Amino acid sequence: MSNDIQLILPEIILSLCAIGGLMAGAYGGKDAIARPLLWVVSAVMVVMALMVASQSSTTIVAFNGMFISDGFARFAKIAILLSAASVLVMSESYMRNRGLLRFEYPVLVALSVVGMMMMVSAGDLMLLYMGLELQSLALYVVASLRRDSTKSTEAGLKYFVLGALSSGMLLYGASLVYGYAGTTLFSGIITTAQAGQTSVGLLFGIVFLISGLAFKVSAVPFHMWTPDVYEGSPTPITAFFATAPKVAAMALFARVLYDAFGNAVSDWQQVVALLSVLSMFLGAVAAIGQTNIKRLMAYSSIAHMGYALMGLASGTAFGVQAMLVYMAIYVTMNIGVFAFILLMEKDGAPVVETTALNMYSKNNPGRALAMLVLLFSLAGVPPFLGFFGKLYVLRAAYEGGLAWLAIAGVIASVIGAFYYLRIVFFMYFGEDKSDALDSNRGGILAGFLIASAVIMVVGIINMFGIEGAAASAAATLVQ
Amino acid sequence: MENNLLSIVTFMPAFAAFILAVFLRGEDAAAQRNAKWLALITTSVTFLISIFVYLEFDPSNTGFQLVDEAEWLLGLKYRVGVDGISILFVMLTTFMMPLVIAASWDVQTRVKEYMIAFLILETLMIGVFVSLDLILFYLFFEASLIPMFLIIGIWGGANRIYASFKFFLYTFFGSVLMLVAMVAMFSDAGTTCIGGCTVSLLTHEFGSETFSLLGWQVVGGMQTLLFLAFFASFAVKMPMWPVHTWLPDAHVQAPTAGSVVLAAILLKMGGYGFLRFSLPMFPVGAEVVGPLILWMSAIAIVYTSLVALVQEDMKKLIAYSSVAHMGFVTMGIFSANQQGLDGAIFQMISHGFISGALFLAVGVIYDRMHTREIDAYGGLVNRMPVYALIFMLFTMANVGLPGTSGFVGEFLTLMAIFQVNTWVAAVATTGVIFSAAYALWLYRRVVFGDLIKESLKSITDMTAREKWIFAPLVAMTLLLGIYPALILDTIGPSVAALVEHYDTAVAAAQVAGDTAQAQN
Repeated sequence: MSNDIQLILPEIILSLCAIGGLMAGAYGGKDAIARPLLWVVSAVMVVMALMVASQSSTTIVAFNGMFISDGFARFAKIAILLSAASVLVMSESYMRNRGLLRFEYPVLVALSVVGMMMMVSAGDLMLLYMGLELQSLALYVVASLRRDSTKSTEAGLKYFVLGALSSGMLLYGASLVYGYAGTTLFSGIITTAQAGQTSVGLLFGIVFLISGLAFKVSAVPFHMWTPDVYEGSPTPITAFFATAPKVAAMALFARVLYDAFGNAVSDWQQVVALLSVLSMFLGAVAAIGQTNIKRLMAYSSIAHMGYALMGLASGTAFGVQAMLVYMAIYVTMNIGVFAFILLMEKDGAPVVETTALNMYSKNNPGRALAMLVLLFSLAGVPPFLGFFGKLYVLRAAYEGGLAWLAIAGVIASVIGAFYYLRIVFFMYFGEDKSDALDSNRGGILAGFLIASAVIMVVGIINMFGIEGAAASAAATLVQ
Repeated sequence: MENNLLSIVTFMPAFAAFILAVFLRGEDAAAQRNAKWLALITTSVTFLISIFVYLEFDPSNTGFQLVDEAEWLLGLKYRVGVDGISILFVMLTTFMMPLVIAASWDVQTRVKEYMIAFLILETLMIGVFVSLDLILFYLFFEASLIPMFLIIGIWGGANRIYASFKFFLYTFFGSVLMLVAMVAMFSDAGTTCIGGCTVSLLTHEFGSETFSLLGWQVVGGMQTLLFLAFFASFAVKMPMWPVHTWLPDAHVQAPTAGSVVLAAILLKMGGYGFLRFSLPMFPVGAEVVGPLILWMSAIAIVYTSLVALVQEDMKKLIAYSSVAHMGFVTMGIFSANQQGLDGAIFQMISHGFISGALFLAVGVIYDRMHTREIDAYGGLVNRMPVYALIFMLFTMANVGLPGTSGFVGEFLTLMAIFQVNTWVAAVATTGVIFSAAYALWLYRRVVFGDLIKESLKSITDMTAREKWIFAPLVAMTLLLGIYPALILDTIGPSVAALVEHYDTAVAAAQVAGDTAQAQN
């Protein structure tokens, strides 16, 4: 038992940190402590990431199979912790300038991160649901953090109602799986769910589970909430939505598909492939008409989830590796892009219209260049790292026997390239106008932006070893 | 033979671009001058180093030479090298770039970014020709879209936005299918090494058994599918009729230097791709689709020549003439014999000089009059005798006058195609007449006649700088026209090996097909 406790020490420490922050906020300094609390929480997250990284590299199952600590979980946890810490640091100045820096904010983010860490380590449908709900409930609240804005409250409410619906579907699926498999443990389910002999009830269970999970990763046709929530939430919250929860949900998706239904690949492969192809195309087509850069990024993230699902759909260890690499690259790109969006201000007020970027490169050549790199990387144009993410999932799909999915994916990427190019067009090709955006603030944000762009260029040399880590992580999930 | 000379040639311009981007500050005249000089010196030095590459190159060896390699991610390799087919394209690129930089000396807006874009473009173009890894090739091939997109979009003409988007999306769409095919090849062969490794794609035999896909009988099997996927990319890049429509738009809107790079080097990537991938790796596929491509080339030659006749914009006319000349190239390549391939490569190199020079020539008068309308000119010979002479030379070379390099390529490809398909040869030969028609007519309208237009009365002849830019091009065009062996000796052995490999593979597939039929 004490070994089990030791295994979940990172989660416990982060929870304690959140609860401590809550107490300090409630009984102590109220919002005055928000700023130090934010720094403390992000520092703790970075330390936890190091702690997770130093955990023994073997697969350990704790709490009677409920909690799994393997290479896959560790990879996902490190990605989640680091991206959450980055977003917290990035959000500090924005939130402070707008009076949104309440002490609840870092606390809620920390709690949702704890939920995510539980999700990716779940070895049981119960823990899966607990982790998912802890994450989701915290996220519903932060979405409506700006209480005096109708859009923000609308975003929170929409997210809550639809999220509750999806949780319901997920629970219903879980109950069906439990009914037909006789256990909630993934290690038990996998012996029942064999390809070709899955019962109809179990199949329904799988489909409902996938639907619930697809909502969390915002895959089409469960994506409706994404653009509204992205648009309505304060920008740093949007940045958070686009990064850590996506990694967690995608990792959970992989966990369920491979740990619980790994022997019934042919039963779910077509469903996931369909989710993937729909997401890629809708994400690419629907973003074309967007003038609000946050909505645009929402559709962009839908499309990117489609590509990550392409890796999952392949049903191979290489597919999981491809998904992990893709998500790591995706998160890095998105942190950079949202740093850029947070920098978009005019006379101190945030701007989200893409047209406002007109001739941005004139006043801010460095930032415009960094954004240019990120945009081409998002579009999957070589030589940037985003291209290698695409290459990974394409190869996984092809080797998994889904050549048609690979072809659909590259065609969608051409359509998608159009709207990324449009931002380049505004930044570089426009006419000279006088009402330029502010160009003199945001040291930290600019740092994140430039760092992310540099990673996109330098990363093509060896991906900073992500490749090998992802390979061993995938190997622990898929035998 | 380990040697990093090629890597130096490839990445030197990018390194200079990096220095420009990071260390050069400001937009004042001094900064602009530094940017220009750094770009010019870098491209010139790159050319000088590439001469060493050429000197170290042994034409009689048909394998890859000066190979440099290192491990890379995903089991890929960073691997560069040249053989008889690619070396001249490398030389063409390094030769043209200093001229291109010199030709853009008068750029006023965003000089630093302009030079960075061209320097990076040079690295990417050289990279395409030297890479010996499938994905590395794709990386350079696709990445070259980015600087070109920016060059057209930022420094282009009035309708540049449309042209840049069309250019990017059109060519991007062509290439992504190739990417899927590359993934398929990677899985099938288990390697991405193009040639010279223990397992390499050039010697790997891809499946050629006929199979049915969605109810279609795919003759030539996997090879045909792979061939078509590569064809989609290279045909757009070449560009071949009917997917050539992006080229006139891109040419017209691009700044002069952009047009030169586009016509002289970027179009050659398509032809190079056919020679490096389509023909040797999928011989059966090429044999199946080849006849169709020959007819497409013949149509391209005649149709685009006719279209060129009615153009009112000089750059557009030359762009269409480029499409026609690329028709000769594809025709030569897919006749798949020694003369055809020799002729195709010769035509590509020579077209690099000639079309580059023609776009520069348009640039010379555009800089003075700021219009490319043919009707706006006339009688230039009275005020610009030197210009008239140079323009005359390149017009004649474009037509394919014996004594210029334009003749050799056209003649060789026509001779090659005559052995394969007489009808295509007959159609294509009429294209030569049309090309004489549009080129000479253009020349007559612009240069001859009386100088009646008021605006032209004060036009000045070429400056010393402009003359110096044209001098090497004139020299090369005449030299290659008089002494074509300069090119043919370099490429000969490699081309012969390629043709032999192709013939053996096609014959083997034929035998295999016959046996399979006999067994049924």
